[in-house]
Amino acid sequence: MIHSLFLINHTGDIFLEKHWKSVISRSVCDYFFEAKEKAGDPENVPPVLQTPHHYLITIYRGKLFLLSVIQTEVPPLFVIEFLHRVADTFQDYFGECSEGVIKDNVVTVYELLEEMLDNGFPLATESNVLKEMIKPPNILRSVVNTLTGSSNVGDTLPTGQLSNIPWRRAGVKYTNNEAYFDVIEEIDAILDKSGTTVFAEIQGVIEACVRLTGMPDLTLSFMNPRLLDDVSFHPCVRFKRWEAERVLSFIPPDGNFTLMTYHVSSQNLVAIPVYVKQSISFFESGSCGRLDITLGPKQTMGKMVEGLTVTIHMPKTVLSANLTATQGNYTYDLATKVLVWDIGKLNPQKLPNLKGSLSVQAGAPKPEENPSLNIGLKIQQLAISGLKVSRLDMYGEKYKPFKGVKYVTKAGKFQVRT
Amino acid sequence: MQEWANQLCENRQFGSKMTDSKYFTTTKKGEIFELKAELNSDKKEKKKEAVKKVIASMTVGKDVSALFPDVVNCMQTDNLELKKLVYLYLMNYAKSQPDMAIMAVNTFVKDCEDPNPLIRALAVRTMGCIRVDKITEYLCEPLRKCLKDEDPYVRKTAAVCVAKLHDINAQLVEDQGFLDTLKDLISDSNPMVVANAVAALSEIAESHPNSNLLDLNPQTINKLLTALNECTEWGQIFILDCLANYTPRDDRESQSICERVTPRLSHANSAVVLSAVKVLMKFMEMLPKDLDYYGTLLKKLAPPLVTLLSAEPELQYVALRNINLIVQRRPEILKHEMKVFFVKYNDPIYVKLEKLDIMIRLASQANIAQVLAELKEYATEVDVDFVRKAVRAIGRCAIKVEQSAERCVSTLLDLIQTKVNYVVQEAIVVIKDIFRKYPNKYESVIATLCENLDSLDEPEARAAMIWIVGEYAERIDNADELLESFLEGFHDESTQVQLQLLTGIVKLFLKKPTETQELVQQVLSLATQDSDNPDLRDRGYIYWRLLSTDPVAAKEVVLAEKPLISEETDLIEPTLLEELICHIGTLASVYHKPPSAFVEGSRGVQHKRLPGSAGSGESVDSPDTGSAAGVSEAPPAVIPSQGDLLGDLLNLDLTPPTTTGPPPPTSGMQMGAMDLLGGGLDSLLGGDLGGNPAMAAGFGAPPAVMPTSFNAPVSGGLDDLFDLGGGVGMPMGSYSPPKTVWLPAMKAKGLEISGTFARRSGVIQMEMTLTNKAMSVMTDFAIQFNRNSFGLAPAGPLQVLTPLSPNQSIEVSLPLNTVGPVMKMEPLNNLQVAVKNNIDVFYFSCQYPISMLFVEDGKMERQVFLATWKDIPNDNESQFQIKDCHLSSDAASNKLQGSNIFTIAKRTVEGQDMLYQSIKLTNGIWVLAELRVQAGNPNYTVSLKCRAPEVSQSVFQSYEAVLKN
Repeated sequence: MIHSLFLINHTGDIFLEKHWKSVISRSVCDYFFEAKEKAGDPENVPPVLQTPHHYLITIYRGKLFLLSVIQTEVPPLFVIEFLHRVADTFQDYFGECSEGVIKDNVVTVYELLEEMLDNGFPLATESNVLKEMIKPPNILRSVVNTLTGSSNVGDTLPTGQLSNIPWRRAGVKYTNNEAYFDVIEEIDAILDKSGTTVFAEIQGVIEACVRLTGMPDLTLSFMNPRLLDDVSFHPCVRFKRWEAERVLSFIPPDGNFTLMTYHVSSQNLVAIPVYVKQSISFFESGSCGRLDITLGPKQTMGKMVEGLTVTIHMPKTVLSANLTATQGNYTYDLATKVLVWDIGKLNPQKLPNLKGSLSVQAGAPKPEENPSLNIGLKIQQLAISGLKVSRLDMYGEKYKPFKGVKYVTKAGKFQVRT
Repeated sequence: MQEWANQLCENRQFGSKMTDSKYFTTTKKGEIFELKAELNSDKKEKKKEAVKKVIASMTVGKDVSALFPDVVNCMQTDNLELKKLVYLYLMNYAKSQPDMAIMAVNTFVKDCEDPNPLIRALAVRTMGCIRVDKITEYLCEPLRKCLKDEDPYVRKTAAVCVAKLHDINAQLVEDQGFLDTLKDLISDSNPMVVANAVAALSEIAESHPNSNLLDLNPQTINKLLTALNECTEWGQIFILDCLANYTPRDDRESQSICERVTPRLSHANSAVVLSAVKVLMKFMEMLPKDLDYYGTLLKKLAPPLVTLLSAEPELQYVALRNINLIVQRRPEILKHEMKVFFVKYNDPIYVKLEKLDIMIRLASQANIAQVLAELKEYATEVDVDFVRKAVRAIGRCAIKVEQSAERCVSTLLDLIQTKVNYVVQEAIVVIKDIFRKYPNKYESVIATLCENLDSLDEPEARAAMIWIVGEYAERIDNADELLESFLEGFHDESTQVQLQLLTGIVKLFLKKPTETQELVQQVLSLATQDSDNPDLRDRGYIYWRLLSTDPVAAKEVVLAEKPLISEETDLIEPTLLEELICHIGTLASVYHKPPSAFVEGSRGVQHKRLPGSAGSGESVDSPDTGSAAGVSEAPPAVIPSQGDLLGDLLNLDLTPPTTTGPPPPTSGMQMGAMDLLGGGLDSLLGGDLGGNPAMAAGFGAPPAVMPTSFNAPVSGGLDDLFDLGGGVGMPMGSYSPPKTVWLPAMKAKGLEISGTFARRSGVIQMEMTLTNKAMSVMTDFAIQFNRNSFGLAPAGPLQVLTPLSPNQSIEVSLPLNTVGPVMKMEPLNNLQVAVKNNIDVFYFSCQYPISMLFVEDGKMERQVFLATWKDIPNDNESQFQIKDCHLSSDAASNKLQGSNIFTIAKRTVEGQDMLYQSIKLTNGIWVLAELRVQAGNPNYTVSLKCRAPEVSQSVFQSYEAVLKN
């Protein structure tokens, strides 16, 4: 099981360590530093490393490495999932998961880690259980605690801990009862030079914000559940009913949570909302190149495309860009060689275009690779897969809650090759 | 009003300083002293703040252990937060202050009786984390109570505590009967308790390989499946992993378990999903293929695997490594999902490489067009490693999907036109393989390849190019010039290139004998006379001899038709694959190695195998090496290496002579060097060359040294033979078992180690044969031992002075001493070894015959012997039978003396010879023995008496080994 945890910032300083069994010297991290050195980019450090006596399993989140040390055979996914859960918890408690914030709350962090893992076995990882045991910090509570001498550690057993529904605490009370669901879909796609779809799929997620009194039992049903053949659920969802009736039946956790994620695979046709006409070319001589990009609407289902951006990682030898945009602004970061064109709303009558010349380092050979384009976009009130919620019913409680469903489609890893 | 505002303001300031970072800003001077004062303060609040400061210092690795007594004093408190903080501190420092930690015991014991279950659980949990022996004694009673606590939260905490305690003192846990209580908890009414009990038992079982801790039967399985639905995600992982160890009785049970596990595939936690996949992949083996359910199950497996690929990159990596295994075992699951493995340009490199691997495995006629288009795209990316692998992948596609070969070749040619150096080199290496697979089909491209000859600077590419030139020498007009150009810098080339050049030129010579005599002589003399590399020299001599004795045979051998290259490369060997499928989701599956190969302390890892496939399964289940008898142990399960198919290709030319070629001219051998030369030469030259005297002389010169060095490649084998023969090599020396393979090449990136132990004139020697079965040179060897029962340690560094070239073996003798650190091993004579070279560090374990440790001055005085024999209690005596031994008592006595087992006295009673013997081990332990030999009866009886009876078994094994060899 998980033996120790080291938190390391991106410059390679270990700023926190926690051991659940015997203490392991932090020199074990040297193997990791070696691998980090070799990988160059922090994203490229292999997540599982073998050292003579231990295994190091690492995740990289928000410029931080969470490095766990294990000694026996443990499922690596278990460790990685747990580390992400740790990072999620920090985010949940402190608003972000960064070195500064962890250092500011080091004692709470330590208490949390102790509560999350016992002897390497996960103990309490549900946010609402943790929050009952260790109160999240806020200025008001600190003041109150200081004045009254009370502590921010709960002294009763968290109610959810042992019930069959560990995700919900008992005795929840609200004056306004509300349940909101956001259906968020991201399009992952690769388009080739000519605009043909090489690969496209949709990653969907239903985020819920439920503030309901008591023990409500909810049922969410869809107009077209057939779309969903590849789903993963929050533990609260009753799988049998989904199998039999294709409805989501569950007692919700209190507050924000991810109800389900789904995946509409590349087997189905995925609508691509925009098309891109581009040409990026470099000349053999004269150390310059040309760039010409136009975007237009394709299958937008009659909705407005907003938040349109184009990001291009230029070859290392490109020194500067002299471009004109018919709409929006562009920036070229010399250090990272990233060109960002922020377009905004897509106007079908007047297509946005970016055109101009690129100057390349004198004497350098013509770049071999062609940079890929990364597209960002957002479409409100549309789930591009066509998924629609038909109704939400509540049982078990008498009051009438506010209900709401919102749809949004975004570009995920949406790449156009040139 | 003003006052109120002021106060608010002050509070604000107070509030903003509320972050914990203030705990770090203590003055350097007298920091500890200040904290000490604060800890002893009367004010509760101040105390708490002080403990927080201490904890903060601890988290960043500062040593605050000096405050131990002061912090422990804060423990008696009603404030739960303060209590928790003190507990945190205690866990960290109790080990260094065991005596002080005892002071805390009373509070713990009291807290275990607290009415608040949270405090009871916290106390028992913390106590388990204090790794101090004295504390554990006090832990037993509270733990026993907590295991039966009315509150499930306490029970589940206590379950984990048993695992903790077992880690500290395994014996204690067994003696106290905690294991049975833990087993009972599997039937607990609360699913969380069940999950934790399973987790604890699994962890304990890992260090107890053969114990039947997790006794899985249909009833327990049913309980686990029920708990599975209700426990937390982590508990589900433990339960699923435990289920995977069960072997269902029949296909119906198998199906019903599968049905109950499938819902887990939709879990949000990827580890749960993968563990469920493991259970299903394993139990599926038992389902009849024509069953409808079987098809349904196959369909259900694909979506969750695809979903794993949309997770974070770290999760993707582990998932991809596992999918790689699944695809090899059951390609049908993901055959339609090729596109999800397409690479995005901002994927981390480790994800890119894995995706590429799977793309090739899934490539088929149906999707090859798409795959090729993708691969071509990748070949123009920035990352060198990735580009190389993409180019290589194109070659693999050509070999795998015949219909695509032509397109692959033209794609490769396009890539060669880019003139990007590493792309060109990589392309040439794979084109060589394509030629092997489709001989005489794509030779038109050779001209293009030859244009790039000068830009090749990597050995593999050079060797591939030379192979192509040699193979198609008759079609390349200037083949001799091309090869000659390589010959100029012969000695600067790597062995791989040298060998290839030698073979290439011999091929050329056999094809165009008239123009290339000079060239072939040149290369033969370079290889045989000027080279230090035995492989090269030997290959040179073989060719030389072949050419000089029977050129027709030479032609048959060197230009023999080569076996076709296999379709799939890099496939995992099937038995290993089966084992790895049983380990889906574990580290083994990430490294594609069996767990026994790398998990430290996995002395008892059982080789798992898939159920149902009994036919092939039988051979997989090699006996657990840990429990095998000491001396006559079965060699570790050696799985034939298949990984280097590509590498072997180039060397294939060498193998035919021993197998398919004509028998070697044995008569020539006996005639001696001079005769041999004269005889063979004529026949060679007579046919093709018309007896050119200059040529004859050229051939004749060097082999004066031949007979001796000709033995070189065989010598490794001969040594082994001598060793096998036991006494032949060293008649009076101590017994030394034959060499066995300790580290198979496939587990160690091509390094194979076999070895044995011997005792020579009082020095223990570890004798090893290191063989390089990889493609690159190995250097920088070093060796280290883990702590072991008798403190064996290397007395000097591992002497491998010259680099070990591919296919080369070297014999090393490593003297050992017995002054290293001691730790009792199970079995006693187990030795864990780490060997390092320039490639990696490898681990293996082996067992030495305990007779290595019998010292020369082990002859006891008669009187002392008698007294000692009486002194050792009879409980310590153990008796063994040695069967089928046909030595007389004197012969036996002599033989044993060779291994430092000394006969002190002999008595004959009623036709039975009693030999009294003594042995002294390196660590000073005396073993006394009575050997009873009855004339005519081949069964001996040995009685051993020793103050440390645990060595008896090993000593007996040595008796048996010595007497029977």
